[in-house]
Amino acid sequence: MRQPRTAGTYLRRLIVVGYLFLLVIWPVALVVHKTFEGGLDNLQTALSDPVVTDALQLTVVVALWAVAINTVFGVGISLLLVRYEFRGRGVLSALIDLPLSVSPVVVGLALLLAYGGNNGTFGPALEDAGLQIAFATPGIVMATAFVSLPLVIREIVPVLHEIGTEQEQAATSLGAGPWQTFWRITLPSIKWALVYGVVLSLARALGEFGAVKIVSGNVAQQTQTATLVVEQKYQDFEQGSAYATSFLLALIAVAALVVVTILRPKDDLDGD
Amino acid sequence: MGIEIRGVNKNFGDFVALQDIDLSIPSGQLTALLGPSGGGKSTLLRIIAGLESADSGTIEIEGLDATGLPAQKRNVGFVFQHYAAFKHMTVEKNVAFGLEIRKKPKDEVKRRVAELLRLVHLEQFSHRLPAQLSGGQRQRMALARALAIEPSVLLLDEPFGALDAKVRKELREWLRRLHDEVHVTTVFVTHDQEEALEVADSLVVINEGRIEQIGTPDDLYDRPASEFVLSFLGPVTRLGDSLIRPHDIDFTRYEHAATTSGRITRWTRVGFEIRLEVTPDDTLHPDPVQVIVTRTEATALQLHEGAQVWLRPRAGAEAVVS
Amino acid sequence: MTVDAPSLAPGAARRRRARSSGGTSLTRSSGLGLGVALTWFSLLVLIPLSLVVIQSIDGGWETFRQTLTNPQTAAALRLTVTQALIVTAINVVMGTLIAWVLVRDDFPGKRVLEVVIDIPFALPTIVAGLVLLSLYGPDSPLGVNVANTERSVFLALLFVTLPFVVRTVQPVLMELDRDVEEAAASLGAGRFTTLRRIILPSLAPAITAGAALSFARGISEYGSLVLLSGNLPLKTEVASVRILTYIENGNDAAAASVATILLLVALAAIVLLQVISSWVARRG
Repeated sequence: MRQPRTAGTYLRRLIVVGYLFLLVIWPVALVVHKTFEGGLDNLQTALSDPVVTDALQLTVVVALWAVAINTVFGVGISLLLVRYEFRGRGVLSALIDLPLSVSPVVVGLALLLAYGGNNGTFGPALEDAGLQIAFATPGIVMATAFVSLPLVIREIVPVLHEIGTEQEQAATSLGAGPWQTFWRITLPSIKWALVYGVVLSLARALGEFGAVKIVSGNVAQQTQTATLVVEQKYQDFEQGSAYATSFLLALIAVAALVVVTILRPKDDLDGD
Repeated sequence: MGIEIRGVNKNFGDFVALQDIDLSIPSGQLTALLGPSGGGKSTLLRIIAGLESADSGTIEIEGLDATGLPAQKRNVGFVFQHYAAFKHMTVEKNVAFGLEIRKKPKDEVKRRVAELLRLVHLEQFSHRLPAQLSGGQRQRMALARALAIEPSVLLLDEPFGALDAKVRKELREWLRRLHDEVHVTTVFVTHDQEEALEVADSLVVINEGRIEQIGTPDDLYDRPASEFVLSFLGPVTRLGDSLIRPHDIDFTRYEHAATTSGRITRWTRVGFEIRLEVTPDDTLHPDPVQVIVTRTEATALQLHEGAQVWLRPRAGAEAVVS
Repeated sequence: MTVDAPSLAPGAARRRRARSSGGTSLTRSSGLGLGVALTWFSLLVLIPLSLVVIQSIDGGWETFRQTLTNPQTAAALRLTVTQALIVTAINVVMGTLIAWVLVRDDFPGKRVLEVVIDIPFALPTIVAGLVLLSLYGPDSPLGVNVANTERSVFLALLFVTLPFVVRTVQPVLMELDRDVEEAAASLGAGRFTTLRRIILPSLAPAITAGAALSFARGISEYGSLVLLSGNLPLKTEVASVRILTYIENGNDAAAASVATILLLVALAAIVLLQVISSWVARRG
């Protein structure tokens, strides 16, 4: 049932649409417009520039690693937090959200202090063992995994609470072992929440800037990711390339989001 | 044989859920665990299934010591109050689940599933999702799913508790008939005494973590071992020094020995029944006595509100002196 | 006196269920899983963040004090916190209003708005800066140029924190029982009274939670400001940029001091969130 429409309904609608139009829709549309101002020239220039393509490649590799790690870690820790009882569970569940509120710059600093090659706490020892983390791909993956860590968990945990344990218990009573119960019952039940969490992580991972800027060293064609290229190109007055790279990054993120919003069933969990 | 429970204790923190439970449930029968909510009967059922572990004591299922066995190895069928339907699977897939886990050949699974769906009258719904079924249908599906694994015992936890009154009544008659056909040892938990009396071969009354009484429905109704059992199995009223069922009270128009005199102070008609309150003249027992008579009896005795009457227990009625 | 079947005590049943579904204790394999997860979480998050705090204390109280009283740093912290607060206040109003329209109103294109809400979250922050620059920069078609002013900080924070309040309020608003509003109306409450006495109190925890998230995000923002604000010392430089400058100058202790302040504020926001959610849980 909906309330009858009054002048207030239209006023609220107008304010909301106007606000979103000015804050998000118009500016985004302008970037898309600027990207294609000269037809496909900007995109072609950007994509034929090895600095841009190498960076895009690195970004994709890093994002995939970070998302894969976060997915496995996220599903595991969500199950532990919801289904098990152990000391410190409440504290852990609060700390899990910490990365969302930490400034990317602080993340970069923290990782440098721990894994920096010269003066990090573990960095020198690890480098002696042949593992370079800071100013190399592992460091970029860690920075990216850090900032997107809670996203999968935040999506799954409420769904795990919601579905309860009865279906899992039923599966157990029917003879299913823990792995069978997980693959056949739990995972299908949290499927859409997981997909949504993964897409959010992917978007965040593709777009990470501050933390990566500090940890990567920002060396073109080596440790420079796509977002760092955008900054550099813009400051080097190659705005066409900056817009084109931005457009590509935004396209992947927004497209993934739109696809999931459309695919995800409206009423995923229907009550009894 | 059947289920042997010896010395089972269970606490949740400082809450005693079960205390020194010893119980033998005979093979092939339909047994009801009856008692108020929170009395421990569901916990006992879950301990039998292995979904909960006892703090101490042993469980034997059909001669097999199951105490340390995980739930998935006990081969029990469990039916949950809220169905626990696998929401992402069709009815057919739900029923086939246990068989697929046991890696039965495909055609055998198919045959068994078809057979069971016929048994629970869901043949035409085999390709639906649980969300497209009514509550009663979902519970029948859950029952078929539990029966599919040919369990040594079938356990039902308040199986009809989430259904509305009419469906509940239908389903319990149907469960009784089904049990007469399948004959698997069945234990079901309920807090509804009418359901237990109607369906079960034997009843186990559980309250506050202890067994109050075990027996057939007739035993329990006619020879309750305690005030609790008497009052839990139906309405009770106090007549003089004893507790008695309101429909086990006779009226006389004249004074006799061993009768209680009083005046009808309330008159409520419910269908064929008339529920009366009689306020005794005896100042030692001033609480009103509840009496139930049929409409024809009331007419024959010319009862009306305000009439002076004499009450006594009916011949053959059971009363517990307290 | 009739003794009916002993009254069913739903409270007791709920207590029992709460106990039994609270979770099982750890088995050997789940214990191992917890160990692995905690190790990774410590290596990635806890140890590095602790090192930041240790580094800031390591330099002694004096470094801490000097860093914070440095006029440039103090100005940056002040700007960051002020702008984050203003933006959070606006989000509380606009976010709730947007959530309301998305839940209670229905019009063509509503689903598009759903996606629009998520764009600031999905967009790389550096791109967010670029996006805002296109409409509110030197080439603005509106003739509004906020680049390199305090307004640019405000605008960037407003953009990146847009989803938080909307996304926390929306689900609560969906769950909100219409019956209660109708009951209030039937008792003679006007629409404004219903809003103030019935709806807003139920939404308050969600709004607060969204506000805390939005504030935490606001004070930590960096990427979207890089191109937009110009990072002018004493004018548009925010705390994150200050930290970066310290890092680039090799002054880790000073960087850690500012970072610790940001961490503490973030932690406070999280504690607030936790308190709110447990309060909501208690109220049922």
